[in-house]
Amino acid sequence: MTAILGMLAAQEHLVRLSAVDLAIVIFYFALVLGIGFYLKRFATTGEDFFLAGREMTAWVAGLAFVSANLGSLELLGWAGNAYQYGILAAHWYWIGAIPAMVFLGLVMMPFYYISKTHSVPGYLQLRYGPAASGLSAVTFAFMTILMSGVNMYAMAVVMKVVLGWDINFSMWVSSLTVGVYVAAGGLFSAIFNEVLQFFLIWFGALLIPILGLIETGGWKGMVARIQQNFPSQDFTHMWGPMHSFSSNPMGIHWTGIVFGLAAVQSMGYWTTDFLVVQRVLSAKDIRSAKMAPIIGSFFKMAVPLIVILPGLLGLAVLPMHLVPGSQAGPGQHSYDEVLPLMLVRYCGPGLLGLGVTALVAGFMAGMAGNVSAFATVWTYDIYRPFIKKNAPDKHYVSMGRWCTIIGLFVSIGTAYLAMRFASLMDYVQALFGFFIAPLFGTVLLGMVWKRVTRAAGFWGLLSGTITSITLFSLMKSDPRWVAIFALSPEAKGLAQAMYQSLWSCLTCVVVTMLVSLVTKPRPDEELRGLVYSLTDVAKEEHASLFHKPALWGMIALAILVILQIIFW
Amino acid sequence: MSEKHHIIPVWFFVGVLFLAYGVLVFASGLTRWSADAASRNAQSDILAHLHAPVWWGALLIVLGAVYCTAFRPGRNKA
Repeated sequence: MTAILGMLAAQEHLVRLSAVDLAIVIFYFALVLGIGFYLKRFATTGEDFFLAGREMTAWVAGLAFVSANLGSLELLGWAGNAYQYGILAAHWYWIGAIPAMVFLGLVMMPFYYISKTHSVPGYLQLRYGPAASGLSAVTFAFMTILMSGVNMYAMAVVMKVVLGWDINFSMWVSSLTVGVYVAAGGLFSAIFNEVLQFFLIWFGALLIPILGLIETGGWKGMVARIQQNFPSQDFTHMWGPMHSFSSNPMGIHWTGIVFGLAAVQSMGYWTTDFLVVQRVLSAKDIRSAKMAPIIGSFFKMAVPLIVILPGLLGLAVLPMHLVPGSQAGPGQHSYDEVLPLMLVRYCGPGLLGLGVTALVAGFMAGMAGNVSAFATVWTYDIYRPFIKKNAPDKHYVSMGRWCTIIGLFVSIGTAYLAMRFASLMDYVQALFGFFIAPLFGTVLLGMVWKRVTRAAGFWGLLSGTITSITLFSLMKSDPRWVAIFALSPEAKGLAQAMYQSLWSCLTCVVVTMLVSLVTKPRPDEELRGLVYSLTDVAKEEHASLFHKPALWGMIALAILVILQIIFW
Repeated sequence: MSEKHHIIPVWFFVGVLFLAYGVLVFASGLTRWSADAASRNAQSDILAHLHAPVWWGALLIVLGAVYCTAFRPGRNKA
């Protein structure tokens, strides 16, 4: 105990936690572990452990859907991006999320749900067979573990900067806690804690923008201060500065946002990344499954309040200029530290503990999502079809529990690898581009075009992934390639990732279509429930207007349009 | 939450969390408010005079109490 306290206190830090702050942090760990052990008794079958018994309400599934994405990387990285690129970063929350969530709810969820699949690779297994499913499962497992490690590293850095806690201590204690409660209660546990974490993150971080706006005298006061501090750049308009690559801090053209982000990358992430889709699959019926992502979309639209706005406020009020992580010297702070810096600026004892716990909760939500999704995909999409078929259900539940623990240790290993990468978000965007963008092309074509064949699914997915990795490698190795693939030498990391996603998805679609035309299609009987034209999607004729997912989806899209106009 | 398993609703746990944190934050805010200005930490947070922990803690207590009451075990609410 003395050694631990010594480890916690020995480092340089911005602030010291008081007794009440420590009590808040410790209570949180005790509560999530208690919930995990309480739920262990309910996670007895495969459906319980991997899909939370498919009995979650739309609200619970919807909040878990958003919360699983609200990891520490999301909170810290996007607040840092808002400081670096301004309000352009909000595109990833609005046009880069809301249409995709509504599309998932209204168009894609019925297929996932009706096919009774347990995962996205599981759908590919039904639609394309083991080759495409295996490729997707392996790449997803790889990506998930890397993401988990990056999340862990991001959280540990915050603990070091804010509190002076040793990075190793933070990573091991938090990740072991996640491992214990997910291994105990499976997806039940992960979802319960994600809902808890969602509220904690909001109430821990919401005071930052409130107090920040009070300090700056409201939105107009904040904008005036930013313009005073950075007179040559436009940080507070979303679309106006994107008429050319050089007129905005990100070096992106509007085509990159509309086609790269909105049409491909966000669609790929929100509709095919099993980490988030798994939460919706836990819904108790098809209407709840359709409503869950739409409910989530309203909360997602509000997240910029606690992520983007603190980054903008940092531009307005912080006395120092933050720098890229790779250039941060002694006494300097990196972009990714803007959120904790703002937390320390406004929050005293009690609130500081709440804010720090919110950041830890963000990490745990992200990691629980990654680990539970990894356990499911490994057990159902790799272990069962390729290693041990037809084992009893209990065997797979046991495998899922062991996988959770193994995935945890591999994540810790990847966290140490992640320390070598300078920009956290660029790294993750690259990963999304590698796997998610082509996967979206494969899944969507499979759902809408019955002519697509098994071989086409596999080769399309593989070619899209290879294209993505090749473009990424070329652009990183020689900046001249940036002007070709990202259409301008001005394109920064995030802008490059958008075009990389676009080209890889297009490659996947073209290859899939060409291979389909020269290979033999599957008979219609085998595709019922898997392809749009051959599936009877249940209509909610008995539901009142206010209970129809389509109505709420349209309302979400209407609010999205209004937000774009306000911040144009 | 669950018809099959009869699990305590997650909203109850949310209420417990809010209530516990509300009490802690509110108490620490009140303590700080009543403390002598001279004894405050030299690195005092900006806008400390607004006593945000008191109001925020009170809000959490109210929300926590509502959630705990409305979703307490045995009420069979989803």
